[in-house]
Amino acid sequence: MLFGVLAVKRVLNVKWEIVIGLETHAQLNTRSKMFSGAATAFGAAPNTQACAVDIALPGVLPVANRDAVEKAVRFGLAVNGNTAVNINRRSIFARKNYFYPDLPKGYQISQYETPIVKGGTIPIFVDGKEKTVRLTRAHLEEDAGKSLHEGFRDSTGIDLNRAGTPLLEIVSEPDMRSAQEAVAYAKALHALVRWIEVCDGNMQEGSFRCDANVSVRPAGSDKLGTRCEIKNLNSFRFLERAIEFEAKRQIEVLEDGGAIGQETRLYDADRDETRSMRTKEEAHDYRYFPDPDLLPLEVSENWIDTIKTSMPDLPQAKRNEFVSRYELSPSQAAQLTASAELSKFSTSVFQSATSKERIPHLTSWIVGPLTAKLNEENLEITESRILPEQLVRLDYRIADGTLSSKMAKEVFDATWAGEGDPDAIIEKRGLKQISDSGELERVCDQVIAANAQQVADYRSGKEKAFNSLVGQVMKLTKGKANPQQVSEILKRKLADR
Amino acid sequence: MSRAEGHASLPMHNATIKSLATGLAARQYSSVELTRHFINRINGLNKKLNCFISPPDEKSLKQAAAADAMRSAGKAQPLTGIPIAQKDIFCAKGWLTTCGSRMLSNFTSPYDAHVVERLNAAGAVNLGKTNMDEFAMGSSNETSWYGPVKNPWDVDKVPGGSSGGSAAAVAARLAPGAIGTDTGGSIRQPAALTGICGLKPTYGVVSRYGMIAFASSLDQGGPLARSAEDLALLLNAMAGFDPRDSTSLDRKPEDYAREIGKPIRGLKIGLPEEFFAKGAAPDVVKAVEAAVAEFRKLGCETVEVSLPNMKLSVPVYYVLAPAEASSNLARYDGVRYGYRAPEYADLLDLYKKSRAQGFGPEVKRRILIGTYVLSHGYYDAYYIQAQRVRRLIARDFAEVFKRCDVIMGPTSPTTAFRVGEKMGDPVQMYLNDIYTIPANLAGLPGLSIPCGFDGKGLPVGLQIVGNYFAEARMLGIAHQYQQATDWHMRAPKGID
Repeated sequence: MLFGVLAVKRVLNVKWEIVIGLETHAQLNTRSKMFSGAATAFGAAPNTQACAVDIALPGVLPVANRDAVEKAVRFGLAVNGNTAVNINRRSIFARKNYFYPDLPKGYQISQYETPIVKGGTIPIFVDGKEKTVRLTRAHLEEDAGKSLHEGFRDSTGIDLNRAGTPLLEIVSEPDMRSAQEAVAYAKALHALVRWIEVCDGNMQEGSFRCDANVSVRPAGSDKLGTRCEIKNLNSFRFLERAIEFEAKRQIEVLEDGGAIGQETRLYDADRDETRSMRTKEEAHDYRYFPDPDLLPLEVSENWIDTIKTSMPDLPQAKRNEFVSRYELSPSQAAQLTASAELSKFSTSVFQSATSKERIPHLTSWIVGPLTAKLNEENLEITESRILPEQLVRLDYRIADGTLSSKMAKEVFDATWAGEGDPDAIIEKRGLKQISDSGELERVCDQVIAANAQQVADYRSGKEKAFNSLVGQVMKLTKGKANPQQVSEILKRKLADR
Repeated sequence: MSRAEGHASLPMHNATIKSLATGLAARQYSSVELTRHFINRINGLNKKLNCFISPPDEKSLKQAAAADAMRSAGKAQPLTGIPIAQKDIFCAKGWLTTCGSRMLSNFTSPYDAHVVERLNAAGAVNLGKTNMDEFAMGSSNETSWYGPVKNPWDVDKVPGGSSGGSAAAVAARLAPGAIGTDTGGSIRQPAALTGICGLKPTYGVVSRYGMIAFASSLDQGGPLARSAEDLALLLNAMAGFDPRDSTSLDRKPEDYAREIGKPIRGLKIGLPEEFFAKGAAPDVVKAVEAAVAEFRKLGCETVEVSLPNMKLSVPVYYVLAPAEASSNLARYDGVRYGYRAPEYADLLDLYKKSRAQGFGPEVKRRILIGTYVLSHGYYDAYYIQAQRVRRLIARDFAEVFKRCDVIMGPTSPTTAFRVGEKMGDPVQMYLNDIYTIPANLAGLPGLSIPCGFDGKGLPVGLQIVGNYFAEARMLGIAHQYQQATDWHMRAPKGID
């Protein structure tokens, strides 16, 4: 007993480091399946998109989908700065054998020893700091069908529409040290696969899902702790919650003097906890071996070259451009390249900017009010109700003194609501800022005369009183006065005795 | 007057495909008449021989009528109207397709195998689905859920396997030709044991699409018939690239009959010492040596060669084939089609009972062997090692083919054995395929033709193995032999 107590005391002093690696399944957006000609569209009536190959009739054979291979190559290029160094020119399909009703052949065709992509990197930003997450590999495989438990009594329904859908399984190195980093990685990966148009990224439909390998170790240790794999994380929020719960659980076990057993756990979103699914001892022996029905997958140099020419500018290149050309901070640049669409929108805004000085303001408009509106109304950037040129015009009206920033926000909202171009709204609402100094001088004199107490207070050193005077001027001008100008005039007049 | 024409006057069931084609073309009989003739023979003899799981029926006669119409329309091809029996391993739309197993005893195929499509397109008539060892696992046709096939030469003897039904049907003149599959000798060995001809083409020449898989890297479809020339006609229809089979070879179509009638003088025949070692029965060696002497008379040279790793063929095969089979047969789980146990407690119980009841003992044995050799901790020692030796065996052949054009030897170490004789001893059964397995491991074409009889009047087969894509040459060589001898025209007694 004494020893137990001592042990607990010893570990209580330890600071823990969380180590996370992710395995991500991205459904490749091909029209037909990985090894059959059946359609892959989501949501069809059960078993209407399962052909003889998908239901594994006797005698049928798989044929690899060229489009899926091409998309895997695109990914391989994208995570290696558009070079093909990490693409295996010859990779091997293997069979992963296990019995399950939604796995019609009794094995899943995957890649095991030789995947199509080995290595690569994904840059992430957390708290404005850049970090590189290394990839172990990415391999092609087919999805299983679905077991349907609802709506059946004493039996389970099997829907094989999803069986055979092409997946790219992307495996990271255990390079992440917090749930935040893991989420940043997952988001960056999600953005990338959509950017290069290999996956629609629809998490609700399961097109992009993560499993997390989580372990903890004393900070400073270079030995990895025993990991647990958490399955079924189909939202960024669940990913974050599950990792946080799991790390806390493991630390508690260790601090109680216990040991972590390697196991697969399932995240239960309703109860916000992870539960053991199977331990290492219960793990399957998948009896992997090269699939004799498929030849080694050969990717020729010519083919790679052709694919290269069809690649878009990658997020990294776009980020560099934003930093070097528009002098954005790396973190801002990362924000604006969170998706291909946002990057395109931002580029188009910057290109029509009236001067380089406006770029920081325009950036603020995008990451500020625009992003807020999109989030509020659950819209994509492509559905923005304000166009790049409208945003630039609106910002210009601040630059030329027509609008105060407060008025500009009003115009922004009006444009968003569909009232038209900013200039038209300014005109219609008579929102022109009063910059006529003669008129402002008059109003200021009026305010100084009517507020002797505040004037006295200000002169005796109470800065607050000054704000009150500015407020009075703004009130009298119904907010149309240029606050900066008002401030200057008031200061000058109050200094004159 | 050539030999083939000479036989045109024989009863239809004794004629070769070649002469039946001539008869059909000359309108001596229609395909419907020809098909009916074979249906009558099958009705008469199938009880005794058990060659067919699904004997021909109305579907066959409908096809025959269509073939006759094709001919009337001037669209006849060489096989149009010829009835061909199909091993029950080929999926044929609308036909029960059992693979000799209780597991598929209720499976009617909704689609045609590539080979079946090809035969249909050529106007051939499906003369029914023939009996076979369960999932092609066996060398005697005794593992079939539908009972053993009897050898027409002696009904107490096995016909060989796994294409035993196809071979016995052709030998008993119940079909002029048939199609089968060969994973370790399943076409050649039964052809030898029933005194007919059988060809396993180069791996990849015949599409495996719709051919129920046993061991994918070894399975190859091929023809069985009574003459080398008939094999060529059948292979012409069966072979060809199929994009649905990734291992199908995209080659220019070729005429496998192009070497028929070409001289073979100067041909170099390799005689591997391992084929004539102590394992083979004396009567078999005698007949094969006589055949080799006949080839010498025809102007061929012989050269002694060696395949040093051949002795490892059987153990290598019994690692690789079961490994692939254990995975290929996982789909038969009672969930979507096929046999499902009538009672079960839960999902695991459904799997266990359906597979325990649906598969026979030999299939279970191989699934267990295959599962074992693929298991964690054993994979390298068995599977990887076997793959290495497989490459060595292929290399032995490559060396040998630098010194000769073809290899000759016995197809099987013995003639047909008694029903039940080897069922209790799997290893003895497996050793039947010692001469045929090497060609499958190397992917080479192998041919068996009849070359005599043993002391009990049972047929002996001569095996000819050629280099990759040497089918036409091999068939030409066999044809010359068959012009000089008449072993292939001998028929068993008691089948009339």
